[in-house]
Amino acid sequence: MAERGGTSLDPWLHHYAARTAGLSASEVRALFAVASRPEVVSLAGGMPFVSALPQEFVMSALERTMRNHGAAALQYGSGQGTERLREHILDVMALEGISASIDNVVVTTGSQQAVDLVAKLFLDPGDVVLAEAPSYVGALGVFRSYEAEVVHIEVDDDGLVPEALQARIASVRAEGRRIKFLYTIPNFHNPAGVTLSAARRPEILAICRANDILILEDNPYGLLWFDHAAPDALRSIEEDGVIYLGSFSKTFAAGFRVGWALAPHAIREKLVLASESAILSPSVFSQTVIAEYLDAVDWRAQIDTFRGLYRERRDAMVTALDDFLPDIRHTHPGGGFFVWLDLPEELDSKAMLPRAVKELVAYTPGTAFFADGNGRQNIRLSFCYPSAEQIRVGVRRLATVLSAERELLETFRGTGDLRSRSNDQRTTTPPPDVV
Amino acid sequence: MKIVVISGGISHERDISLRSGRRVADALADAGHEVHVLEPDPQLLSRIESLAPAAIVPMVHGASGEDGSLLALLELAGRPYLGSSAQSARLAWSKPAARDRIAECGVAVPEGFVLTRESFRELSAQSILQLLGSTVRFPLVVKPGSGGSSQGVSIVADATGLARALVEAFTYADVALCERWIPGNEVAVSVWRDEVGLRALPPVEIAPQDGIYDFEARYNAGETTFFIPARLEPTAIAALGDAAVRVHRELGLGDFSRVDFIVDDAGTPWFLEANVIPGFTETSLFPLALGGADLTLTEAFDRAVRAVTERAH
Repeated sequence: MAERGGTSLDPWLHHYAARTAGLSASEVRALFAVASRPEVVSLAGGMPFVSALPQEFVMSALERTMRNHGAAALQYGSGQGTERLREHILDVMALEGISASIDNVVVTTGSQQAVDLVAKLFLDPGDVVLAEAPSYVGALGVFRSYEAEVVHIEVDDDGLVPEALQARIASVRAEGRRIKFLYTIPNFHNPAGVTLSAARRPEILAICRANDILILEDNPYGLLWFDHAAPDALRSIEEDGVIYLGSFSKTFAAGFRVGWALAPHAIREKLVLASESAILSPSVFSQTVIAEYLDAVDWRAQIDTFRGLYRERRDAMVTALDDFLPDIRHTHPGGGFFVWLDLPEELDSKAMLPRAVKELVAYTPGTAFFADGNGRQNIRLSFCYPSAEQIRVGVRRLATVLSAERELLETFRGTGDLRSRSNDQRTTTPPPDVV
Repeated sequence: MKIVVISGGISHERDISLRSGRRVADALADAGHEVHVLEPDPQLLSRIESLAPAAIVPMVHGASGEDGSLLALLELAGRPYLGSSAQSARLAWSKPAARDRIAECGVAVPEGFVLTRESFRELSAQSILQLLGSTVRFPLVVKPGSGGSSQGVSIVADATGLARALVEAFTYADVALCERWIPGNEVAVSVWRDEVGLRALPPVEIAPQDGIYDFEARYNAGETTFFIPARLEPTAIAALGDAAVRVHRELGLGDFSRVDFIVDDAGTPWFLEANVIPGFTETSLFPLALGGADLTLTEAFDRAVRAVTERAH
C-alpha cells in the first residue's frame, strides 16, 4: 500500500498492537539458520536427543492408540486434558516429591503454553515478573508479549540468592511497581545450569509467602539429573503459593508437545477456561500416545537411559572446556542440557557470533537470556544434541574463536572503549529448536 | 525447462539466501519450469550432473556464493548459469578492488582508504589510529572489505569511535574499507540484461525508519519506506541509471546486479558497492525495482533463463 509515494512493504504496519513491537527478525536469529548445516557443530540448540528413545516404543504406542482409541484420539477433548494422562502425570510428579489431585492438573501444549496461560491470567502492562539472571528465553518472550517488565535476580552456584530476592522485592515496591510472580527454574537451570539448593528452597518460599508473591516453578529438566537427584520441588513444600509446570518434552518426546500445569484450584479453573479460549483442547492424540507409552513401557528406565546419555555429553563438554578454555569460568551442571560461560569483560558474545559461525560452531549469546540488555559476557552451550566427539570439536573451534577475538582486542587495547559494539538492544530470541 | 536454483550455504546470509532461492524457484515454477532447489553441499555437483538442468540460478549470498568460487566450479563443470562470471564476481566481492576500478570509469567514489587487520597487528594500533585521527576527515563509514547485508558497518563521527568500528569490521573480514561519509539519500539501482541489452531498472530510494539501513531495517517489513522510483529529478534518475550500467560494465558483470549509491544534495550518485547476487526476498530491493518496471519475478526470470539456454547453444 503506497504511503505518500513510498511503500513499507507491509500494508498493515499501522494496525499492529503496540505489544508486538519486539517481534522482528534479527541478525542473531538469522545466524542460527546456519546451525542446521551438518558442517556446523551446534552448541546452540536445546533440542532433546530423541533418537535415544527406541522407535518401537513409539510405534507400538501409536499403534495401540489408533487400534484401541482411534475415534476418541482423533476428536476434540477436554480443555483440562484427559483424565488418563493426568493420572500418569501424578506418578511423574511423585518422583519429585509432589502429591496432588488430578483435578488440579491442566494439560497444555508443551509447558510453553502453560507459561503463556499464566502470563495471560496475571499480567497487565507494566507489571513486574521476577526471574533469575539469566532466565529462560522462551518465558522472557511471553512476558514481553504481555508488556510486563522482567526484573532479574542474582543467582550463584546454589541457584537464586534469597537475599538478592528480598532486596529486589523491596526496591521494586519502593518504586511503586507491582510484582505479580516469581518465575523460576529451580533444577538444572536453562541457561545457567545451576540448581537451587535444598537449603534455599524453604527460604525462597518464605520470602514469597511473606511478600504475597506467587511462584511459577518451571521444571522441565528435574528428572534429568546426573550425579544425584534434585531436591524436591518447591510445590512439594508449598501448595497454595506455587504453580508448577512440567513437560514430557525432555523425558519422552518434544514433538508431541505435551506439558502441564499444577495449580491451586482457583487458578486451575481460570487456566482451563483460558486454555479453552486459546486452543479449545490440547491434542487428545498426543495425550493418548503418551498415556499408552507410560502404560506399556518402563519409562523410569528410559529416563535413566536419557540420564546416562546426557551425563556422558555433559562430561565431554566440561572436559573440553577445561582442556581448551581453562581460564573461562563455566558452571558444572548436575543435570539438564546447558553450561553457562562467563567471559572476560572485554569479550562480547553477541558480536563474536558471526566469527564463530564462520569457524563452524554455533552457540547462544548470553543476551538472549536477559530482558535488560545484559549477557554480553556470557555464552550458553548446550550438550544435549551433539555427540561427545562433536562437542569436543565444537569447543575446540570455540576456543579458536575466542583466541582470535582476544588477539583482535589485544591489538586495539588502550585505544578506547571497544565493548558494547552493537547498538541493537532487541532481544535476540532464537527459533524454537534453539530455546 | 529443468532449472536448478542453488541457495543456502554456511555464511551468515544463509537464511536470506534460502528465502531468495525459494522465491525465485516459485517464480520459475509459476512459469512452468521444473525447478530443483539445491544446497551448496557435498552432493551439489553430483546432483547437478545427474539432473543435467538447462540452466542454473545461483542464489547463494555471502562468501562462496558471491566471491566467485561457486561460479568458478559451475564454469568448470560447463553448466550454463544465470548471473556473472566467476572473475567479475571476485572483483565485485572485494570492495576495495571494486571501488578502485569504478573510480577509473568516471563514476564518483567517496575518498577512502583500506586498512588490514595484519597492519594493526604488526604496527602499533595506537600509532595508526593517531595518524588517522590527525589526517582523516570525519565522519567516516567503516565497513568490512567484503560481505553484505550491512553487517559490520559503522558510521564514525569522530576519531574516538574509530577503534570500535574497526574491530566491528574486522569481525567479518581481515580487510576494512574506510570511506568518507556522504550525506544524502541511499538509492539502489538494479541492472538487468534483457533481449535489448543492459538496462537500469527504476532506482529504489531507501528511507529506513531509524535512519540506518541495517540488518533489521532490511529484513523486517515496515521498518523501511521505499520510494520507486527515487524522489529525484529526472536528470538525477538518468544519471543514476547511467552510473549503474557503467559500474556493471566496468566490473564485467553479467545478467544482473544491484549497484548501491548515495545521492548527494547536488544529485551526484556516489558508488558504494555492487552486489553480484542481490537478495530476492519479500523485502529485497531488486524485486521492487522489477515491479517498478512493470515486470514480475516470473516474467523476468522466465525470460532470463531462456536467454541463458539460448546463449549456451
